[in-house]
Amino acid sequence: MAGRAVAVRRWPGIGAAALVAALVLGTLLAVALRAEAGRGLGPSDWAAIRFTLVQSVLSAAISVALAIPVARALSRRRFFGRRVLITLLGAPFILPVIVAVLGLLAVFGRSGILNEALRWLGLPEVQVYGLHGVVLAHVFFNLPLATRLILQGWQQVPAERFRLAAQLGFGPREMWRVIEAPMLLRVVPPAAAVIFAICLSSFAVALTLGGGPKATTVELAIYQAFRFDFDLGRAALLSCVQLVLVGIAALVALKLSGNESFGAGLDRAVRRWDSAGLGRISLDSAVIALAVLFLLLPMSLVVIDGVLGIAKMPAQVWKAAGVSVVVSLGSTALMLAFALPIAIAAAGKSSWLEAIGLFGIASSPLVIGTGLFIVIYPIADPFDFAFPVTALVNAIMALPFALRILVGPTRDVVQGYGRLSLSLGLTGRQWLRIVYLPRMRAPLGFACGLTAALSMGDLGVIALFADPETATLPLQMYRLMGSYRMEAASGAALLLLVLSFGLFWLFDRGGRGHADS
Amino acid sequence: MLTLENTLIRQGEFSLTADFSIQPGMRVAVIGPSGAGKSTLLNLLAGFLDPETGRVLNQGQDMTRAAPGERPLAMLFQDNNLFPHLTVAQNVGLGIRPDLRLDATQASRVEAALKRVGLEGYGPRKPAALSGGQQSRVALARVLVQDKPWVLLDEPFAALGPALKVEMLDLVAEVLDETGAGLLMVSHDPQDARRIAPHTVLVADGVAYAPTATRDLLDNPPPALRTYLG
Repeated sequence: MAGRAVAVRRWPGIGAAALVAALVLGTLLAVALRAEAGRGLGPSDWAAIRFTLVQSVLSAAISVALAIPVARALSRRRFFGRRVLITLLGAPFILPVIVAVLGLLAVFGRSGILNEALRWLGLPEVQVYGLHGVVLAHVFFNLPLATRLILQGWQQVPAERFRLAAQLGFGPREMWRVIEAPMLLRVVPPAAAVIFAICLSSFAVALTLGGGPKATTVELAIYQAFRFDFDLGRAALLSCVQLVLVGIAALVALKLSGNESFGAGLDRAVRRWDSAGLGRISLDSAVIALAVLFLLLPMSLVVIDGVLGIAKMPAQVWKAAGVSVVVSLGSTALMLAFALPIAIAAAGKSSWLEAIGLFGIASSPLVIGTGLFIVIYPIADPFDFAFPVTALVNAIMALPFALRILVGPTRDVVQGYGRLSLSLGLTGRQWLRIVYLPRMRAPLGFACGLTAALSMGDLGVIALFADPETATLPLQMYRLMGSYRMEAASGAALLLLVLSFGLFWLFDRGGRGHADS
Repeated sequence: MLTLENTLIRQGEFSLTADFSIQPGMRVAVIGPSGAGKSTLLNLLAGFLDPETGRVLNQGQDMTRAAPGERPLAMLFQDNNLFPHLTVAQNVGLGIRPDLRLDATQASRVEAALKRVGLEGYGPRKPAALSGGQQSRVALARVLVQDKPWVLLDEPFAALGPALKVEMLDLVAEVLDETGAGLLMVSHDPQDARRIAPHTVLVADGVAYAPTATRDLLDNPPPALRTYLG
C-alpha cells in the first residue's frame, strides 16, 4: 500500500541523481583506468602527500585552537555590532580564495605592511611563501568557520546550567571542568575534522602561496603533472590518491558531525555570572579585537589597493569578468537543474538521494576535471570546453550545499501542501509554477546566491582547461599576480570581490523580495 | 453513489476494513475513538491512500486508482487549506482551474462564491490578512466553485471556537443545500453529527461500519461507541 504525497513525478530527481553519480563515478573510472599503478608513487608524490597531510593537520589544529577563545568571548559578551560580526564570520565561505590570498600578501607579503614595520624596526623579515603561508591562508578561511561551529556548542549549553553553576558558586576552574571542557570535547573534534577535510583539497591556496618541492599539495601536483608535463598517467594516479584521502576524511567528518545544523540561533548572548572582572573583560575584548583585525585588515587592504588599481587594469580583465559572470550563471542554472529534481524526489522519503549530492564533497574538482579531460580528449579538444566544464564542475561542487538548503523547505512544502495540491488536481508543471517555486523563493535565492558566488570565485578546474587566450576573472587575476602586475591584480581582486558578493546579494535579496506569506 | 467494496487498508499494525455504499446527497458524520481510522477512511476515498484489497467505486465505476484530483469530491483538511502566497481569489480560483488561467466568466464565479460566503471584495487579499473564520470561509468558497458531488471534511474547523464552528457547519449545510452535494465529515463532537448529518459511519475496532441513522446510533450506542462517548 502506498500513500501519495508528492504532486510531481520522482523519476526526474532519480535521473538527476544518477547523472551526478555517473559524472562523478564515471570521471573517477576514467581516471583509475588511466592511472599507471605499475609505476608507483615517486619521491615527489610522497612529499606531496606528506605536505598535504601536515598542512591540513596544522591548519585544522591552529584554526580550532584560536577559535576557542574567540567563540568563548563572543558567547559571553554583548556588544554593539556582535550580530554583524557573527554574520561576517559566514562571509569567507563565498570569499574568492585568490582575493583573500592577495589580501594576506598585502599584510604578510614581502612588501606587506608587516614586513614594512619589521624593516622600520630593524627586525628580520618574515617569509609568507611555503608551509606557513599555506597554513596562514587556511587559518584565515577556517578560523571563522571553526568559531561559528564552536560558538554553537556554547550556545547549546542550556542557560539553566549557567544559572545553576552560579548558584553553586562555581569559579572559572569549576566552570571549565564541569561545563566547558565536556562541551568542547563534543564540539571541537567534528569542527577540526571538517576543516581538515576542507584543507586536504586545497588547490588555489597551494598554487599561490605554496609550490616547489617542499610545499606542493596533491591537488597542486595533479595540476602540475597535467599542465607542465602533460603526464595524464601520473595525474590520474595522483587523483586516485587524492580521492582516497578526501574520501576517508569526508567520511570521518560526516560521522563525527552527525546531524548538527549549522548556524541557527547564534545571535543570542548567554547571561553568565562568572565572566565579570576587569581581567576577563579585557581578555575577551582583546581576543575579539585581534580576530577582527586578522580577518578585516587583509580585506580592507584589498579594497584600498583595489580602488587604486582599478585604473591600471588591462582590457582582458573586463573580458574575463564577463566570462566569469556567464560561467557563474551557467553553473547556477546547472545546479538548479540537478538540485531541484533531487530535492523534490528526496522530499518523499528516499534520503539516499540526498547522499548522492554529497559526492561533490567527497570528490575533488581537480579529479573530476582530470577525468573529464581524459574522457573528452579522444573525441575533441578539451580546451574548447574550458567554460562549460568549469560551470559543470562548479555546479557539482555546490550541489551538497544547495541540497542542504533546499531539501528541508521542499519537505515542508510537500508535507504541508501536498494533499491539498493533489485534491485540487495541481500536479506537474502547474504545481511547480503555482505552489512549489513561489513557496521556495527564499531558500532558492540563497542556494543560487551561494552557487553563483562560489563559481564566480573558483580557481580550480579552469586552471587545468584554460589556454592562454581564455580566462575567468580569478585565473586572469592569478596571471596578473604571476607577472608581478600587482596593481592591476588588486583592481581585478576588487572587481572579483564586488561581483562575487554582488551576485550572492542579488540572488539572496531576490529570493526574500516578497516575504509576505 | 460512493461504494467501498471489501476494502482493506493496512499500515503496520493498524488495519481498517470497509464495505458499504453511500447514496448521492447523503450527509454522513464519521465518528469513533481517536486513532480508529476516521481520517484514514477519508484519505482512502480521496485517493491519498491505496487499499491493499478491494475497490472504491463512484456510480459503479471503479476509481480505486484514480488520482485525487480526478475524483468526484472536494476535501478540506485540518489545516493548510489555503496557499499563503496566493491571494484569496487565486485560492478560490484553483477550484475552477488548477493552472489559474481564468476567463471573465470564471473570475466572476469566484467573486460570486466569495460573496456567497460573506467575503465580497476580499479577493485581492492574502490569507494571512484574514481571521481563522474568514480563512475557513475562503476554503468553503472554493468547495462551492469546485462543484463536486461530494464534500469531505477532515475536521477543518477544529481550531475555531465553538460558536464559530457552529456558524461554519451551518454555512456548510447551506452550501450543500444549494449544490445538492453529499457530505462525509469526521467529527469528535456528537453534537456536530446531530446538527447536520442525519447518518453516521462508526469507525471502531478496525472496521468502518455502514452508515446508520445518527439519532438511533447516538441514543443507543453500541459498546465501542459507548466507551468513547463516556
